[in-house]
Amino acid sequence: MTFSLSKNRLSGKRGTVQSIWFALFRGAAAINVLALFAVILFMVIQGASAINWAFLTEMPKNSMTEGGILPCIIGTICLALGALAFAFPVGVATAIYLNEYATQGKRVAMIRFAITNLAGVPSVVFGLFGLAFFCTVLKLGVSLLSGALTLGIMSLPVIIGASEEALKTVPNTYREASLGLGASKWQTIFRVVVPSALPGILTGSILALGRAAGETAPIMFTGAVFFTPDLPTSVFDEVMALPYHIYVLATAGTHIGETRPLQYGTALVLIALVLGMNLCAIIVRSRLRNRNRI
Amino acid sequence: MTYREHTKGEMIPEGSSRGDRGAAPTDTLTGRGTALGEWVAESSLLIISLISIVVLGLILLFLLMEGLPTFSFVSVKAFILGHLWYPTDEPPDFGILALIMGSISVTLISSLIAVPSGVMTAIYLSEIAPPKMAEILKPAIELLASLPSVVIGFFGMVAVAPLMQRIFDIPTGLNLFTASIMLAFMSIPTICTISEDALRSVPVTYREASMALGATPFETISKVTVPAALSGITTAIILGMSRAIGETMVVLMVAGGAAIIPGSLFDPIRPMPASIASEMGEAPFRGDHYHALFATGITLFLFTILFNILAMSASRRFRLKG
Repeated sequence: MTFSLSKNRLSGKRGTVQSIWFALFRGAAAINVLALFAVILFMVIQGASAINWAFLTEMPKNSMTEGGILPCIIGTICLALGALAFAFPVGVATAIYLNEYATQGKRVAMIRFAITNLAGVPSVVFGLFGLAFFCTVLKLGVSLLSGALTLGIMSLPVIIGASEEALKTVPNTYREASLGLGASKWQTIFRVVVPSALPGILTGSILALGRAAGETAPIMFTGAVFFTPDLPTSVFDEVMALPYHIYVLATAGTHIGETRPLQYGTALVLIALVLGMNLCAIIVRSRLRNRNRI
Repeated sequence: MTYREHTKGEMIPEGSSRGDRGAAPTDTLTGRGTALGEWVAESSLLIISLISIVVLGLILLFLLMEGLPTFSFVSVKAFILGHLWYPTDEPPDFGILALIMGSISVTLISSLIAVPSGVMTAIYLSEIAPPKMAEILKPAIELLASLPSVVIGFFGMVAVAPLMQRIFDIPTGLNLFTASIMLAFMSIPTICTISEDALRSVPVTYREASMALGATPFETISKVTVPAALSGITTAIILGMSRAIGETMVVLMVAGGAAIIPGSLFDPIRPMPASIASEMGEAPFRGDHYHALFATGITLFLFTILFNILAMSASRRFRLKG
């Protein structure tokens, strides 16, 4: 509900109090939106000059002070897709179980408790876990696979949450109609419920993909390295990644000043990648909302 | 639709379904095979769902396994209350009080910025903004949430820190205050979206009743809507703080990195996640330093679990009220 202000202009002290507070509310919203645009605009202005075709498609040269960031782009895409390859099937299956089969009981409460707490685990703790479990115990070493799995378990709660939301929006009449026509429960879920929830599930998964692509702390000790001479050829290779590349270029090494344009360029590429995915998801979702309204 | 058309229409699917039955017998519930299939489907979904519990269990197990050996060379009390963190000195000092105080101070100060700003934005979006405006602003807040933390950290380093240095005339812009500001922008989207959901779930009748009694829109917001959504807003604030204390890249790049207990707003600090992230690369594998960093990870994890439990109990109260 919104208050239509033009019709409710108040006079006197109560009116003044209200207009001061409403101005503050409006100001707070404006500051947050401005902050978003300030960051994006700053990166675009500073980074645009560094971006050209060679920057996006060449290998780095001269101990990272020149050349392109192709291995970082490929590494980040591989890590994010690998994370999704684990988190998508597991997350969607969990959401189906929680929403369609069991909605009450001790077992479900435990699963939900685990998911809530998993969502709250700090990203650096995921990194520690990945180092101790995937790299050391499973002997995967610092590799694309370790990094992707670490990012995957981190995106799991996001995908479960989004899929559950999507499944909840499927009207119960769909399920009743399908069951009423003689379909079994599994047939109902697989042919009626999941297809109608699929756009919502995909939206959530794109958002999770974007988040995984931008994360740094979980891959710092598990998958990403500052430099590899070659592009990854197997899942057991170390990879370079955009977020880690920005971090190292900006904080370590002897050429922090010289590589500034590269840092801005890399940051701009990462922003474009992540925001591009998010815009896709937002557009898909708003289309869906409009369709459902009719 | 007339009755005759109805019966006509019905005849076609009946014929075709009979044909289907012959072609694909597994598609019906009559066979024993399908009942088995149903059972297999449900149990495999259950097994997959248990992965979340297993993963959380494994995280706890491995943190403890790699972290607890710390207490063979330093007592729990000395670890938590020790002022000195010199893990690479000879002999090393493993006291994380400065790191804990760094984390707590940066979380509290960032909340002082993020809570009013996030909640006020939520009030604007749910109560005041025209629907068209809200439709534009909400995705903007979500995009703010999706900015990678390393980009926010980088922005803080190259844009905000030099600005702070000039404005306040201090030796370095990388300090508690700058880190708090940048961290606030990471937790504002969390606080804002959850608060907004809480505000929107307050029944419209509450607002109508208040307005009908002669309250102004602002009085309705401050005395009816916000109090009714207070538990939800509390949950939002706690989850926002939980996000802030666990956030790594921003504090790693902007906080300055000195392991001292902050005495002023412009002291450089070294919160727990920053210490773990920056030192793990150099710590010898399964050496004392390595174990001490895992123990720091346990401490950090305990903080976030505490926040989560608080948030869960707040939201349970909220559900009863709503």
